[in-house]
Amino acid sequence: MALDDRKSQFTFVGTSPDRPDGLDKVTGRAKYGADAHAPGMLHGAVLRSPHAHARIVRIDASKAEAHKDVKAVVTRADFAKVPFKPGLEGEFWNVLENVMAGEKALYDGHAVAAVAATSALAARDALKLIEVEYEVLPHVTDVDKAMAPDAPIIREGAADYSVPEGMHPNVVRYHESSHGDVETGFAEADLVIEDSFTTEATHQGYIEPHACLGALGADGKGELWCTTQGHWTAQKTCAALLGIETSQLRVTASEIGGGFGGKTTVFIEPVALALSRKANRPVKIVMSRSEVFRATGPTASASMDIKIGMKKDGTITAAEGTFRLQGGAFPGAPGDMTAMCGFAPYNLSNVRQVGYDVMANRPKQAAYRAPGAPMGAFAVESVLDELCKKLGLDPVEMRLKNAAHEGTKASFGPTYERIGLVETLEAAKAHPHYSAPLKPGQGRGVSCGFWFNHGGETSVSLALSEDGSAQVMVGTPDIGGSRASMALMAAEVLGVPYENIRVTIADTASLGYNDVSHGSRVTYASGLATIKAARHVVERLCERAAAKWGIPVEAVKWENGCAVPSGPNAGDFDPVPLADITADMGATGGPISGHFEATPEGAGVSFGTHIVDAEVDPETGKTSITRYTVIQDAGKAIHPSYVEGQYQGGAAQGIGWALNEEYVYGEDGCLQNSIFLDYRIPVASDLPMIDTVIVEVPNPGHPFGVRGVGETGIVPPLAAIANAVSHAAGVRMRELPMSPPRILTALKGNG
Amino acid sequence: MDYHSPANFAEASALAAKATGITRFLAGGTDVLVQLRSDLVTPDTLIDIKKINGVRDITRNADGSWTLGVATTGAEMSEHSALGRDWPGVVEAMDLIGSTQVQGRATLTGNLCNGSPAADSVPAMVAAGVTVTVTGPDGDREVAVEDIPTGPGRTALAKGELISAVNIPARGENGGDAYLRFIPRTEMDIAVVGVGVNLRLDGDTIAEARVSLGAVAPTVLLVDDCAKAIIGTTLDDAALDALAAAASAACNPIDDKRGTIEFRTEVSGVLAKRAAKIAYARAKGEQA
Amino acid sequence: MSKFHVTTQVNGDEVEFLCDPRETLLDCLRDKLNLTGAKEGCGTGDCGACSVSVDGRLVCSCLMLGVEAEGKKIDTVEGIANGEELHPLQQKFIEYAALQCGICTPGILVAAKALLEKNPDPTEEETRYWLAGNLCRCTGYDKIIRAVMDTAAELREAS
Repeated sequence: MALDDRKSQFTFVGTSPDRPDGLDKVTGRAKYGADAHAPGMLHGAVLRSPHAHARIVRIDASKAEAHKDVKAVVTRADFAKVPFKPGLEGEFWNVLENVMAGEKALYDGHAVAAVAATSALAARDALKLIEVEYEVLPHVTDVDKAMAPDAPIIREGAADYSVPEGMHPNVVRYHESSHGDVETGFAEADLVIEDSFTTEATHQGYIEPHACLGALGADGKGELWCTTQGHWTAQKTCAALLGIETSQLRVTASEIGGGFGGKTTVFIEPVALALSRKANRPVKIVMSRSEVFRATGPTASASMDIKIGMKKDGTITAAEGTFRLQGGAFPGAPGDMTAMCGFAPYNLSNVRQVGYDVMANRPKQAAYRAPGAPMGAFAVESVLDELCKKLGLDPVEMRLKNAAHEGTKASFGPTYERIGLVETLEAAKAHPHYSAPLKPGQGRGVSCGFWFNHGGETSVSLALSEDGSAQVMVGTPDIGGSRASMALMAAEVLGVPYENIRVTIADTASLGYNDVSHGSRVTYASGLATIKAARHVVERLCERAAAKWGIPVEAVKWENGCAVPSGPNAGDFDPVPLADITADMGATGGPISGHFEATPEGAGVSFGTHIVDAEVDPETGKTSITRYTVIQDAGKAIHPSYVEGQYQGGAAQGIGWALNEEYVYGEDGCLQNSIFLDYRIPVASDLPMIDTVIVEVPNPGHPFGVRGVGETGIVPPLAAIANAVSHAAGVRMRELPMSPPRILTALKGNG
Repeated sequence: MDYHSPANFAEASALAAKATGITRFLAGGTDVLVQLRSDLVTPDTLIDIKKINGVRDITRNADGSWTLGVATTGAEMSEHSALGRDWPGVVEAMDLIGSTQVQGRATLTGNLCNGSPAADSVPAMVAAGVTVTVTGPDGDREVAVEDIPTGPGRTALAKGELISAVNIPARGENGGDAYLRFIPRTEMDIAVVGVGVNLRLDGDTIAEARVSLGAVAPTVLLVDDCAKAIIGTTLDDAALDALAAAASAACNPIDDKRGTIEFRTEVSGVLAKRAAKIAYARAKGEQA
Repeated sequence: MSKFHVTTQVNGDEVEFLCDPRETLLDCLRDKLNLTGAKEGCGTGDCGACSVSVDGRLVCSCLMLGVEAEGKKIDTVEGIANGEELHPLQQKFIEYAALQCGICTPGILVAAKALLEKNPDPTEEETRYWLAGNLCRCTGYDKIIRAVMDTAAELREAS
């Protein structure tokens, strides 16, 4: 018994050693997107539309082209001449249209031309020499207005098969799912609350602007260095847009200065390559902060209607939601995700949800940490809070009563396997924060949140060196310490010290395909692949030991970094450490490597529960967050410090979204707050310490039980803070962000 | 862009007088560089005044008044304890501008000449009765701070003129000043509303007062009605309410990305009360 | 366009470069001196990723022109470690997992070092306000603040 227990313990997993790339990152030597340089390099700059919606009548770049410092100018015409893959369609076409406008500029900041020149200043100056004649068209930026019958049409024919007849052409995708009968459920309720909510678009706000360095020759061979969450995606997208073969473009991911979903696609990368091909020199492009805000993916804005029925004892009898999401001038707003996630934490007999993907004259939305889920949770969990208030129920008890568990049919269809929502709620109930007294003027809010998590295509390769150290090649850029978690998992399987493992983010020429670092998938999927690649290596090591001992490989097992006979019958041999096997591996069969390629499917959904205290100044409407606790199921925390970091980061971003972050558009449809001065992300003095509780309910789909942790942490904050603010101020806030003017207006309206 | 770093103000003035196109003076540069970088304003001539002797001096004059060099940074003001004891409102207003890093560069003069109605140091300077020395082709003149801005981004300085010194009056007995602003975060924002209050007591009664509002009109306002509302009172509740009403009444704000007309109007009254209480406590010699 | 010849001291080394008067100190550090530790996150002085010290004063190098560096002493993240020995702040940042993506880290280290030189015993509030101009989007600041406070405590004990 005792022995078995010990065997189930981890040696390395669950510890928090120094990250392998720590020294590089505290000394300034780590190379990020903008830190690259190439011999003969030119600097690119992008000309962007000053209009929200305009027909491009004429582009005259002759003055720029004639300038002595300018070596190339590109417009959409340069992308049309694709020799290899004509007829781009689907998302590739959307991305092309986004990286360089075609017939129309679709939003303020939409790229219309680009130059490459001998210096960054010369490139910026050259943009002023390009003349563009626009015919300004009517625009729309609000989601509800974009669905109205008289709304300007962004693009005809963009809708897919899912959209019911008779909807405005700006509605491009439609989702509907349900089970049970909501009308029956509402009839059974003691109280039904129906309410409407809106959230404004927010930006991922990574501190590193997009940057890349591209080189492409007339021979169709290219090199690209860029800051990205997924360099294989960059590779195939750029290749498609430029009409070259995917394998002829080698993409190297730089260190990445934050992404949060926003660096899962390309913007300037195909432009740099197009300029490079034309100038026949490497071209570097670095976005300004203002370009990042105006032209890269913010999240969707949302307008939502929620109706929930509840019995006096807290049982939810029915829930219904309509979620309208605006995702810019292209299909992609995650209305379906919002709809599917909104009620996902609850065990419901009667539920129905509808999601809309709506286009408007804004930049193409990109994924942002659990894309779509935070907005839905804000609306749903606000109504639940109001029901608790009216029925005199404890918000945690009510949620426990309705919480989904193993075997629950999820609101979006499937049946849950082992999940940890109940455990997070129990931890919330037991946490000292939940019972701590509040000061006058403060309010406490609670919310649950759900995210699917993702597996995705994954390749990992692991090679041993003669001295017994190991190198792991993974294809998912390290955004928040994943090299450390990969090394821990490899060390666990191989039984060698963490420090003996070097983890490298391989370029696209050195490893098989990998999906982007998104969907909270890195520790799960690359971790699973690392474990399997390491197990592959262990099999090879056991084979060598078996050959040496002259016994069958089945008679050898791997223990604490050594090959040992599997039992007394296998023979009496001293354990052989890994380094002894690798020392002469050249003579015993050659190099020892392991690899793994697959699309893991068992990502394991994730739940969290947040508790927050807020204080509202009744005279100014200003909110401060006085205490915050994140409780979330990690399945198994590989590197607990970085798991805590994900929880804290998600909460902090949620606080920004809830209180002050928003895209502000003028009457002209132009973005008014495209710098960090006016796009107000939380600063250090805005936040309290953020307490965390790591709940571990192992995911059956991962060898060590890992569930992704990156995204779920941003789902509960909007609602938890809205509930806290509503309790503190005595008014229900239905619009995000809850900026001081909005709260003060609500307070005045309340008399 | 031509860059000059003249050795004295006369030379700086002469350079500006003969320059064509757009001329900017470079003190801390925290506005000039942002405008340059974003292609909002690319000066044809940039005149760096930091090489002029004495531009970073903080001098207490024999009569108790203060003269500040035009390149004195916010950080240097905050570190000067005697200045902070005399004029805590002015120093704190300056200190509210931007980050620690910005404080290492930003100046009162730059904040004033940028011409923003939301400039934090300006209402505090106006309330304090600060003047500036303007050097031009025809010599020097002294101008009250409230007379420098003429509208958003515009000043009363003529071609060839620049500010060569900041003159803060003697604090004198029984006086106190304060500046408060409203921002949505705790740091790093532009004021949505700013209020500067400077007063002098005779016993418990306010004998003199100057109240100034920022970010609620095209320029920073010196509001006589606010001063009248509290002069002759002990800052009792009625006086505070009258002050708030006068502040709100003086507002002529706009709706913009930082705040609404209603919000600015309402909050200017709230902040006027809060700032007046601090200034009053300071005048009484209480810590506030 | 005429360029200016600038002689300055960076991390104790005398260096020279030619710059356009429109180029910032950050441009010059990164593009002319290959010191890419300081990052451009905003170009408007709002994020602090480009923080350096000029004559002992913490500034944003994006808000200072290269030409203004003439005759100054500039210290960047590249100069914080003493040879192979990391500065205690650098050590603590690794130990506390006070960085995730790491893009804000150079600026925060430069700023935190300036804080501890001025105030060896900062409160949590003082630390948070001092670093308010250094945006971090990954961490929620919690571990950063703890790392700085703990470094301060350790340095106080050592002295």
